[in-house]
Amino acid sequence: MRIDVNAFLGAYPWSRVPGTMPSALLAAMDRVAIDAAWVTHLPGLFWRDPTEGNPWLYETCRTLPRLRPVPAVHPGLAHWQDVLNEAVERGVPALRCDPLSFGLHPAGPELRVLAAACGAARLPLLMAVRLEDGRQRHPNDVAGELPAAAVRALIRSDADLRLIVTHADRAFIEEVHFGSTPAEAGRIWWDISWIWGPPEEHLAMLLATIGPERFVFGTGQPLRLPENALAKLDLLELPAEGRARIEAGNLRDLIAG
Amino acid sequence: MLIDVHAHFFPEQSLRADWRDYNASRLRAGERIGITIHVTSTLGTFGRRSPTYFPSPADVVSGNDFSLALQRDHPGRVRCYACVNPNDTDHAIAEIARCRSAGMIGLKLAASRRANDPLLDPVCRRAQEFGLPILHHIWQARRRDWPSQEASDGAELCQLAKRHQGVNFILAHVGGGGDWRHTLAAVRPHRNVYLDLSGSGVDGGMLEACLSAAGADRLLWGTDMTMETGWAKLRYLARLLPPADMELVAWRNAARIFPAGSLPSD
Repeated sequence: MRIDVNAFLGAYPWSRVPGTMPSALLAAMDRVAIDAAWVTHLPGLFWRDPTEGNPWLYETCRTLPRLRPVPAVHPGLAHWQDVLNEAVERGVPALRCDPLSFGLHPAGPELRVLAAACGAARLPLLMAVRLEDGRQRHPNDVAGELPAAAVRALIRSDADLRLIVTHADRAFIEEVHFGSTPAEAGRIWWDISWIWGPPEEHLAMLLATIGPERFVFGTGQPLRLPENALAKLDLLELPAEGRARIEAGNLRDLIAG
Repeated sequence: MLIDVHAHFFPEQSLRADWRDYNASRLRAGERIGITIHVTSTLGTFGRRSPTYFPSPADVVSGNDFSLALQRDHPGRVRCYACVNPNDTDHAIAEIARCRSAGMIGLKLAASRRANDPLLDPVCRRAQEFGLPILHHIWQARRRDWPSQEASDGAELCQLAKRHQGVNFILAHVGGGGDWRHTLAAVRPHRNVYLDLSGSGVDGGMLEACLSAAGADRLLWGTDMTMETGWAKLRYLARLLPPADMELVAWRNAARIFPAGSLPSD
């Protein structure tokens, strides 16, 4: 079983990206043997109300059971609690908020209230450090990257919050993990999409120092080739049990927790 | 057969304390991926005694000696580029001759001088004399000067390639940072510019765009600092290309532009 926690549907506003339709995403998943994917409506993340992409996302995922919707929530908009309630009612695996893309302080009062509400609802909150390499972004694509300090602040802000952070690199993960108490660090899961493999061996180092329990399989597709996440796992000297945890087991525990 | 046209190993005289582990990891991952030959370059002492992108003459020699030693230690696995700093033109010209006679198969120009600068002309003439391809570090769209390097972009390399049509240029790491679309818009008419697919970027649509801009006969496979991204691109290309074109990217194009006898295929 292999679950991609980091996938998108829909066009990217800053460049032409192939494979953004549901059928194309499913074909890519087949290509690299991904059984299921958690998906967000990509263009919605750039809309004034990012939740306006959620109805399409719910409807699309309703007919495609391999895709699990991760709807967007904007805690600066008055209806955010309705969005959260609907997500809970629909049994989504996580809720997504990318504060800097939404023009919010990443650890400001809106995010802290959302963090507490997600904690109370037992709903994991997912956020990306970035979607694209900062060296190649469109000149008008100026939203900042999620700071590690904000992740530390959020996880400290509510004892029930569980975070899934995607597109983080080794330095970011180490800063947050070792800058948190064991209990805080145990409520954060990291996707492997942006962690380097050999010869730098960042992923191998993190698995040795932090342990495989904190990592989940994620690709960032279709903005990034899903083959990349597979290749870095294939290059690890990792026992089958550890790999299975990353590919699906840790997510199952997260959802069950 | 698989040729990695953009590899690096680190010498003991670099800033990396883990240089031995790093080098072992590259060879180990190469075995797993199926890399036949790593073509490597050493940028001086990678910042220990002089800047990585502005290596001193002494560090140029030291780095190239390290590459040559690697090639001797791993004759079935490693080939090397001579890395020179064109700001000291006389030294660069002499170093190319020294390295070629010692068995180096290409020339590496990093970011010591902008690619379209006339100072590179004698270096290119020397490369042509020896039949060496030039791997040139490229910042895919340089919108500003970056610290510690005089980076060039694809359009600037194409100006150099136009002046030296008898030299094959390898435009470094299309996936290595910066807007690759900026590069692809420039390279199309320049038949002596080859795209090195290495770099940490694995953007959706990038490989299709590279094929559209340059064709399979001008793409070269490589890894640079991240080998998993190279393997991912290789796997994706295998679905995208017919086997004959896949062979071009994996090794035949490289075998064509490096001097005869440089690679096991010859």
